[in-house]
Amino acid sequence: MERDDLIEYSLDTHHSEEQGKQIRSKIVKVTILLTLITVIEVALGAFIKQSSGAWPYVKWTFIVLTLLKAGYIVMVFMHLGDERKWMRNVILIPYAMFILYLIFIALWEALAVGDAWSSVAV
Amino acid sequence: MAGQTTQLDSKTLWGGKESPFQTSYGKLMMWFFLVSDALTFSGLLVAYGFVRHDTLEAWPIGEETFNSLPFLGHGYPLIYVALMTFILIVSSVTMVLAVEAGHRMDKKGVVKWMIATVIGGFFFLGSQVWEWSHFIHGSEFGRIELADGSEAIVKGHFGEIESFTVIEAGMHHKKGEVIKDDLMHTFQHAAENGHIHEGGMIHLHDGSIAKIKKAHDHDMELTIKGASQDSKRKIGDKITGKEAEKQYYASLYSGTPKVTYGAKWFEDGTHWLPTKNEYGPQQYAHFFFFITGFHGFHVFSGVLINILILIGAMKGTYHKRGHYEMVEKTGLYWHFVDLVWVFVFTFFYLV
Repeated sequence: MERDDLIEYSLDTHHSEEQGKQIRSKIVKVTILLTLITVIEVALGAFIKQSSGAWPYVKWTFIVLTLLKAGYIVMVFMHLGDERKWMRNVILIPYAMFILYLIFIALWEALAVGDAWSSVAV
Repeated sequence: MAGQTTQLDSKTLWGGKESPFQTSYGKLMMWFFLVSDALTFSGLLVAYGFVRHDTLEAWPIGEETFNSLPFLGHGYPLIYVALMTFILIVSSVTMVLAVEAGHRMDKKGVVKWMIATVIGGFFFLGSQVWEWSHFIHGSEFGRIELADGSEAIVKGHFGEIESFTVIEAGMHHKKGEVIKDDLMHTFQHAAENGHIHEGGMIHLHDGSIAKIKKAHDHDMELTIKGASQDSKRKIGDKITGKEAEKQYYASLYSGTPKVTYGAKWFEDGTHWLPTKNEYGPQQYAHFFFFITGFHGFHVFSGVLINILILIGAMKGTYHKRGHYEMVEKTGLYWHFVDLVWVFVFTFFYLV
């Protein structure tokens, strides 16, 4: 018996030659940008020592650049930027809330544990 | 987005009802899976952050630990990992081009870009094999425990070992025999067990004693990574030149195990445990193998899935179906693998 409750979905799966051209040029731009960011990161890491006074700023630069890179991958390559607004929110908001909290609580605890160890150490 | 319809037809319906966010079932479920997988990876990286922040030992510095290239040796901080990152980004790009070709029902384009993506995936896996192998075998100097109990990592040019000349016969080697095989491996194995003595004498496995013929080391620099109670040296202190050589070889020739090469695995009877590594705290190697291994496993399964999709595209399965959404869904997974690596790259190698 043929099942009639199964439907093949295909939404937003087609575009024209012209739209394709636009999308490809965007892909090329993003590729160049991602490569550039990686080059900058490596240069910073190689030339600025962790012992230098500038290191904390370098560290935060890394984190900002990483988030930028991640943003481009998710929004452009994974097309999340083209999805409906609330689909985007359903994926990003719960994840961000949970992970920001996890980062905060774990690192805060880690520093406290580290302090405890150092006060025990002779 | 392109091709978006505002009208509802049977294709936008989930079993008779309107689809959430006008997204197909498969794509939405892929996203949910990716969110859960992202939570797993975040958990691992946060755990790494926890250990790194609570430890009192000096944590390894990425540009010191990862500074080698195949065939070229040392002195290239982070270049290799950057290359791996670039390979993965490029394969992500070829994937997104495959998806784009699918949207135009361009079967040839899909096949071409999928092949490129699979090749990129294999390149990345190959790079990771080299990276692991290099991490396990370690550097030529290793990490040395100095006479005062402090520990140091070593930079510099290691003079090549030319031969061992046997001066006292053992079970296997005769007196006067010149050994030229497997020198580095034998040397490091003996050094780890404290079997190298004053004047460059090496005790071999068969009980024979040989004289090591070795070129001079150059530009040796010791960086203190582990302080000890008996030592005035602090973490980060550097010893250079002749003094570095003197201290290093005094320890190496001390007759007790003082040096560690790469990451060591130790069998305690029931488990294989990574015990020591030359880079830093034990947990560093644990996390290195677990996080990059877990990511590598994702890449591996991604390559397999990509191959299946490639076969599907070549057979024309998706063309007959009227759309290439399978390529898009697989693409989501593949981009995710790239995304994870971006974070691993920053938090494991850079920061």
